[in-house]
Amino acid sequence: MIATLPTEMTPPLRAARLVIARDLMLAFRRPDQLVQPLAFFVMVTALFPLSISPERATLRAVAPGVLWVAALLAALLALDFLFRDDAQDGTLEQFALSGQSLTWLLLGKTGAHWLLTGVPLSVMAPLMGYTLGVPVSASVGIMLTVALGSLALSFIGSIGAALTLGARRGGVLLSILILPLAVPILIFGSRATELAIRGEAYLAPMELLGAIVVLSFTLAPLAAAAAVRISLE
Amino acid sequence: MTWTWFHRLGSPPYVYRLAERLTPWFAWSAAILILAGLYDGLVLAPPDYQQGDGFRIIYVHVPTAWLSQMIYVWMAVAAAVGLIWRIKVAHSVAAACAPIGASFTAVALGTGMLWGKPMWGAYWVWDVRLTTELLTLFLYLGYMGLRASFDDLQRADRASAVLAVVGVVNVPIVKYSVVWWNSLHQGSSLSLTGKDTIATPMLIPLLVSMLGFTLYFGAVLLVRLRAEVLRRERAASWISEVVRP
Repeated sequence: MIATLPTEMTPPLRAARLVIARDLMLAFRRPDQLVQPLAFFVMVTALFPLSISPERATLRAVAPGVLWVAALLAALLALDFLFRDDAQDGTLEQFALSGQSLTWLLLGKTGAHWLLTGVPLSVMAPLMGYTLGVPVSASVGIMLTVALGSLALSFIGSIGAALTLGARRGGVLLSILILPLAVPILIFGSRATELAIRGEAYLAPMELLGAIVVLSFTLAPLAAAAAVRISLE
Repeated sequence: MTWTWFHRLGSPPYVYRLAERLTPWFAWSAAILILAGLYDGLVLAPPDYQQGDGFRIIYVHVPTAWLSQMIYVWMAVAAAVGLIWRIKVAHSVAAACAPIGASFTAVALGTGMLWGKPMWGAYWVWDVRLTTELLTLFLYLGYMGLRASFDDLQRADRASAVLAVVGVVNVPIVKYSVVWWNSLHQGSSLSLTGKDTIATPMLIPLLVSMLGFTLYFGAVLLVRLRAEVLRRERAASWISEVVRP
């Protein structure tokens, strides 16, 4: 197929690490990818006190749902960055032709995407929670649940992002495709956050969230790789 | 054992003619069974001791709800077959399934709402079974939306097939939602292995009606499949043999 195929391939795990390093470097050179989802998250959260009521008791009651819906929407918005640039400049095509396992490369890309959007969101979530009257003691719990939930969402979302690569009107379609599949994350994530805010044990919904992460981590890159291949045909 | 009958199913002209021949069989048996099931269920079956005549909506609600899930699995299997063995007819089947499944899902939701108003006091409650069934509708709509957003038919086929396969995770969630969560929606009345939780005079019309609706799905699928095959093969020469001007 390719005459100059290297005799010794980079091991897949190392290739995935290289992809992560590359994506992180690119993102830090052009930080709009990093800033926009965060700004969106803060703005959506700010809409709720304005539209429901600025009263602290009311806000504290709806805080888990508000934080999770806002984080979900922000993460969904950020999914648009995941493959688009690389599809346009041909990087994805080179990935597919490289002889490396595309699944591992996309695993790296999705991991980098989570580091760039999920982790900042999980740091921002307790801060925004604080403005909604959530006690500081719940910060660690909120951070952990949002971090875990956004990881699952990144993987599930990578399928949708890859499927809509060649589609017209990709943005809205991406949300319609991904939101039904993201509902379990929302259910368990907001449940864990609610328990954390009340100061109760939140391990049980966290474990279910962890199960979703494991499932999506193992299967989603395979589906995403298939979808990328289809978009390159 | 010869496999030619199976391989022929990959050929559009053969499938078109087969569908044409089978459609009346499915349609007539569906019509007879649905009418018999509905007559038995709406007229002959005794009223429920709690719900009175209100329970009779199950003779439409349960078959459509069952089909909304069954068609999704059917669509996903067809999509997977198309994806793996690159069979065009399988993609046509999946494409033909989606609007039918979406319609059955909408009917299941609608009949459930009509029943919910007198029984639960509200047309809609955010119950897990209702919510997951609504998600099924969105999965169908997403599938059709993704399909419609590609100009190239082959890419539309393959991309939507991946989505259909991924969406199968929703089916067990819908099925077991009443078991896993505290749900307002009642548990299953039918069981293949255990004891049914429904009286026999009420059960028989339900089974007849479910079979009838399933056959009706078969009939509609065959008609839509023919239309789908015609649309895809409009440039082929065999079309002039089967379509009279």
